[in-house]
Amino acid sequence: MDVVTLSQLQFAATGMFHWIFVPLTLGLSILTAWMETRYVTTGDEMWLRMTKFWGKLFLINFALGVVTGITMEFQFGMNWSEYSRYVGDIFGAPLAIEATLAFFLESVFIGVWIFGWNKISKKAHMVTIWLASVATNISALIILLANAWMQKPVGYVLRNGRAEMENFLTVLTNPYGWIKFTHTLLSGYALAAFLIMGVSAWHLLRGNEIDFFKRSFKIAAVWAFVTSVGTGLTGDFHAVEIAKTQPSKFAAMESQWETKRGVGMNLLLLPDPARECNAVEQVCVPNALSMLAFHDPNAEIKGLKDFPKELRPMVTPTFLSFRLMAGLGTIMILTSLVAIFLSRKQNLEKRRWFLTLMVFAIPAPYLAEQFGWLVSELGRQPWIVYGVLKTADAVSKSITTTQVALSLLGFTVLYGLLGAIDIFLLVKYAKKGPDKDLSTIVNVQGRA
Amino acid sequence: MDISVFQTIWFVLWGVLWAVYFMLDGFVFGTGFLAGVLAKNDTEKRVLINAVGPVWDGNEVWLITAGGATFAAFPTTYALMFSNLYSALLLLLFSLIVRGVSFEFRGKLESATWKGAWDKAIIVSSFLPSLLFGVAFGNIFKGIPMKNDFTALNFTYDGTLIGLLNPYGLVTGVLFVLLFAVHGSLYAAIKTTGDLSKRSAVLANKLWLPLLVVAVVFLGYTYPATKLYDNFLKAPLLLIIPVIAVASLLLVKFFAAKGQCYKAFTFSCLTIVFVVFTGVTGLFPNLIPSSIDPASNLTIFNSSSSLLTLQIMTVVALICVPTVIAYKIWVYRLFRAPVSNEDVLGSHEAY
Repeated sequence: MDVVTLSQLQFAATGMFHWIFVPLTLGLSILTAWMETRYVTTGDEMWLRMTKFWGKLFLINFALGVVTGITMEFQFGMNWSEYSRYVGDIFGAPLAIEATLAFFLESVFIGVWIFGWNKISKKAHMVTIWLASVATNISALIILLANAWMQKPVGYVLRNGRAEMENFLTVLTNPYGWIKFTHTLLSGYALAAFLIMGVSAWHLLRGNEIDFFKRSFKIAAVWAFVTSVGTGLTGDFHAVEIAKTQPSKFAAMESQWETKRGVGMNLLLLPDPARECNAVEQVCVPNALSMLAFHDPNAEIKGLKDFPKELRPMVTPTFLSFRLMAGLGTIMILTSLVAIFLSRKQNLEKRRWFLTLMVFAIPAPYLAEQFGWLVSELGRQPWIVYGVLKTADAVSKSITTTQVALSLLGFTVLYGLLGAIDIFLLVKYAKKGPDKDLSTIVNVQGRA
Repeated sequence: MDISVFQTIWFVLWGVLWAVYFMLDGFVFGTGFLAGVLAKNDTEKRVLINAVGPVWDGNEVWLITAGGATFAAFPTTYALMFSNLYSALLLLLFSLIVRGVSFEFRGKLESATWKGAWDKAIIVSSFLPSLLFGVAFGNIFKGIPMKNDFTALNFTYDGTLIGLLNPYGLVTGVLFVLLFAVHGSLYAAIKTTGDLSKRSAVLANKLWLPLLVVAVVFLGYTYPATKLYDNFLKAPLLLIIPVIAVASLLLVKFFAAKGQCYKAFTFSCLTIVFVVFTGVTGLFPNLIPSSIDPASNLTIFNSSSSLLTLQIMTVVALICVPTVIAYKIWVYRLFRAPVSNEDVLGSHEAY
């Protein structure tokens, strides 16, 4: 393998690993902040215990999200120096802003939240988790705006042998970025809600802390439904934006080979890239694809054959990832709807089949998140900046195959180990259940 | 305003970010790799970790910011620095990853083997970056073997990881390790109580002399090994910067010997900041010189962003940096009390 392929593999592997932890951070930080707010406003200790229990899982997960994020910043320069030099005038700014605006806020106030229970008033303590949580969300916004610029470059001019900033406001208001941000954020919230439902279901099946976990489950069910529906809706807008701005990605997502008007959607479909057609096309919903792409049943969709072969993304993985993501999303909407319905009945803990299903549903949003990124990044290929710079031209020139092979191996071993430990700890603390004794905190906070 | 004004502003900010980063993460590294020497039992180890607990993550963000600022303001330098020093940065990255999770994971299981393993991880992952940062900056002061053609956009690098371990790079590496060791033991002295605090103060005093020796060797060796002194010879007024560095270093000992560790720590902060300022002032207007071809030097002029980007980033920095400093001061004040054995044993939240 060459430096480009190895660097791509490494970026994909480290990015996807990073993304195991980030969505939960996004969602669980907000939910924990909300629980603590309920504690402060109602004084009900159950909310405090919920804050502590779910907050503990949040922190174990958070640690790995933070450290694997540094890798992402380093890699732009380490493996993609031609990219960094070429687009740094635009792409560097959001990264620096993310650090000064979001990372400081997040890291500093997480520290206060962990260590400050006995040092500041209840209200001030609640504010710290909100600050950390908002900072996390801002950081997602900024990095997704940066990613959106790679998908749909705006506000730049090619000058002095590179892309230079022409209008920063255009970069910040890139609609592609805002849709992607909303879609991604809501999906992270949904993931956290599914984790809470799954862990609560596990405890309810064992009869542990029935009130605690029923309450957790009930809130999470509503969150999961609202955010899953929201993810689906914003996903629809996102698809429209992609059809408009990245036609080759859209064609690969749908495995559409011919350019046509009024295109239908085949529910059963299997691409055959070698023959530039589909091996299976069954159960067609008429005009559905045109509708999805442009919200117009007769719209024309550009097929893959209209792009030179070297400018097409890999069709099969892009297509499959998209279908799997959308399928999992649909399942999440349906399950969370049932969850709302059942969690409002008195005997939730007796619905054993459903609770078991919810435990096994924990990985579903995780998989959907990963497939989502695969669609986004595989579908953009062979471009690193769509229509502007090819991935193959973006790689560092001073690094060797051996160096990247070794670093990829290093990442695999280190991340494999840390990932296993983190999941082990998450499972351990999730199974352990909430602490009974909160007297130290409550007493001291009473004085504050 | 002319672009060179903004390029200079960002050069200064670039130096400040690195200086503040080393000042803040320096004591986390120092307490980290000295934990095995300073702490006699598990409780004391926990005290040390909890002494840096509320602040280490926020301190590390200065590094992310220094990296991000290099990317935004001097993208060509960012690109070539990170790709040319690929293997060294990878080791640094792995260390930072391990250090971060070690703090979080160590206390999560009540097992001696588990804790022992993380203790070792903390020592190695705190020591290695201290050394590597020093080696990296030594090589930056000296220049790295790169050939850059800024019109044809052709950039080549002829160095290796082993090549970075040249005598000057190693001297700078040892200098950083000792700076952080003294800095970290002084931090431990003021942020812990009882025996642990006393032991830390004693160690700081002991380590000061080796630090002084290496600092003298470094200052002397810098003359033949680098061009850092050229700027000072051109504008002797600038010599105030290394003079403050040296004076601060002497005051560290003056106060540490009297047992006034707060003051000693303050001057240790100044020493680190002014050592970095000395190096950075000597570099100007280079960010990374080339050791083989002066025309290939990465300067603030040939590697910067456009005027517009520099202006935008200046506005961002003017708003964000003072805000960050304000709330960081609040946090340091909030956690100003030293951590005692009882604090750690009585808390659910401690690491």
